[in-house]
Amino acid sequence: MPDANSLYGPLDPAPDAGWEAAPPRMGFFTDTSVCIGCKACEVACKEWNGVPDSGFDLLGMSYDNTGALTANSWRHVAFIEQPRPAGHRTPPFAGDPTGPAAGSPASAAVGAGTATDTGTNPGLPPGRPESAARMSTGPEFLGMPGAQPPGRGAGAESRSDFRWLMMSDVCKHCTHAACLDVCPTGSLFRTEFGTVVVQEDICNGCGYCISACPYGVIDQRKDDGRAWKCTLCYDRLGAGMTPACAQACPTESIQYGPLDELRDRAAQRVATLHERGVPEARLYGHDPTDGVGGDGAFFLLLDEPEVYGLPPDPVVTTRDLPQMWKRAGLAALAMAAATVAAFVGGSS
Amino acid sequence: MSPDRPVGALFRRFRERLAAERTAVANRTGGEPGSPTARGVGRADSGSRATGTGAGVGRTDAGARDAGLTPHPPRDAAPTVGRRRGGKGGRGGEQLTVPPAEFTSYYGRPVLKPPVWKWDIAAYLFTGGLAAGSSLLAAGGQLTGRPALRRAGRATSLAAVSASAYFLINDLGRPSRFHHMLRVAKLTSPMSVGTWILSAFGPAAGIAAVAEVAPRLPPHGVLGPVRRLLPPTGHAAGLVAAVTAPALATYTGVLLADTAVPSWHEAYPELPVIFAGSALASGAGVGLLAAPPGQAGPARRLAVAGAALELWGAHRVENRLGLLSEPYAAGTPGRLLRAGRALTAAGVAGAWLGRRSRLLSAASGGALLAASVCTRFGIFHGGVASARDPKYTVVPQRERADRGA
Repeated sequence: MPDANSLYGPLDPAPDAGWEAAPPRMGFFTDTSVCIGCKACEVACKEWNGVPDSGFDLLGMSYDNTGALTANSWRHVAFIEQPRPAGHRTPPFAGDPTGPAAGSPASAAVGAGTATDTGTNPGLPPGRPESAARMSTGPEFLGMPGAQPPGRGAGAESRSDFRWLMMSDVCKHCTHAACLDVCPTGSLFRTEFGTVVVQEDICNGCGYCISACPYGVIDQRKDDGRAWKCTLCYDRLGAGMTPACAQACPTESIQYGPLDELRDRAAQRVATLHERGVPEARLYGHDPTDGVGGDGAFFLLLDEPEVYGLPPDPVVTTRDLPQMWKRAGLAALAMAAATVAAFVGGSS
Repeated sequence: MSPDRPVGALFRRFRERLAAERTAVANRTGGEPGSPTARGVGRADSGSRATGTGAGVGRTDAGARDAGLTPHPPRDAAPTVGRRRGGKGGRGGEQLTVPPAEFTSYYGRPVLKPPVWKWDIAAYLFTGGLAAGSSLLAAGGQLTGRPALRRAGRATSLAAVSASAYFLINDLGRPSRFHHMLRVAKLTSPMSVGTWILSAFGPAAGIAAVAEVAPRLPPHGVLGPVRRLLPPTGHAAGLVAAVTAPALATYTGVLLADTAVPSWHEAYPELPVIFAGSALASGAGVGLLAAPPGQAGPARRLAVAGAALELWGAHRVENRLGLLSEPYAAGTPGRLLRAGRALTAAGVAGAWLGRRSRLLSAASGGALLAASVCTRFGIFHGGVASARDPKYTVVPQRERADRGA
């Protein structure tokens, strides 16, 4: 008997998927306030999981050379480099004169068009130049990586406030995983740890999961046609080990553990940050009552989620599935009725 | 970064394009890109949403203006808004007062992955609907004694369902593994449901079509019994196909709606209706093309019913969804849907006025088939466009989050 919350609402996913005596649900807590953007997680993931290389070249938009989560990048470190004060603190250069802009929104607009061949489909689609330019509004754009720290080369008069936000993105391992629910082959499955994994020997590359994911995570490899994403190192979990990215993270920005414990720890961390004068700290994906029933991998962010390329309020598409089938049924009945009427009514 | 330092080819191209862009902007604005007046014209709530201090530069379009872009209003959105607000004929140089949808994004990159489905899937939407519509037509012809409708319907149905199977398998990343679809049956996966609907419909439609060759078989010899058994078998198979046909025609609406693609998902109440109407209209088109005017009466009536469903649904989708209606009105999807509407109207009018003319009826049938193709491709590409632009993901979700907070 499926749970009443099988499609929407708080749920413990592993028992709902039929696991008996499942271990506690495991997950990631990614605390972006201590991320230093070293990309060790990206490298460790590729090393352990044998993920093909990608992203050796700069995209021109920031120090982000990966661009997005793809089938060939299961961790993606996002860099937000903006000429804005970081948070509530008094801007360090508030009184200083600001120099002329270096044509910055223009470079952001051009950068939005860069796309590297990730070897996957859709991989890293180009962005909208208007939106990219709007993002980097301000006196100085840091998007074009320089050899020196911002402001040093051009002299004091061109210094301005700026912020660097870094965040290691990953598959969210949703409680209500749309990719899993729409998979027509049963290739995607729920593990005993509550995570979501693709079985590569089953996937036939239909691409449905890719359109269904509300976070734009899962992606298709061009050379083999199958869908790939983070497995939360299912093989390591089974052996009682920590996933490669969390193991490699030098600042414990990526923390791995039982989800309940991580949620407690995250709430404490937010409280601490608020106490220390970082009121912009907030959690994302931690709430079991949100649109996807809470994420198995959740985050501490320092600005709105859309700044990091995350959807602000994702809702699993299958929430409305019963309604959809109902509407389809009504449409099918209308079709049958119209056919009957067309043949029995009328004289010719 | 010094120019002589080795960089990758991608970054070199970026730098070259940036240089070219800068020259162009400088020429346009008189060499003053980013003059302080144009920058940071502060809205009261400028600054990052999280800080709310008013310090820093807000989410204005100043940056885009600096860049020599025209996000006010966004390029892709302008025609829609203008047309809707301005009513009919209010085009050409009209100044827009509607503010652009302002939102934040990660360097303008899409939040979602756009569908990887190639045009095969849009084509399948048409052929699947055509197979369903023509098998309904065939069953009607079979039960009411209109052999021309029956024959044309059965033949088209088999051809269309075969094409559907080809398109569906060809679109897979691993076509040789198509049979993995038959491992499971999942109500939560419209594609799995569709696989089983097709597995029931396809063979039935095939048998019904094959039964049409019975009269050509020799009455005696080995094939004699086959000749006698085929018509009743075809009769039963035709009815099985007709019973599954409405499911085949409408599940594709759920197939598209059960995704994160904003303009597909939010259109979930209408998509099955549009596809049902489009399937009926295309089936009617086959009847009008193939049957003499004396037998084509039901096809004409079906055309009207199908067109009514299709036009109503498309109208709702193009107007009810607010921002998410935009992708269906702009660019290629907009042109396709408008063409579909015009062809549907022409097809219905022709079918009704040309009741006695074989030629006019056939032309109307062709118009209805073309209309169905346009509508399917329009809906398909409208959804893809909505997934490619972060605006359609972020703006509605941000509004929802702010309402909830």
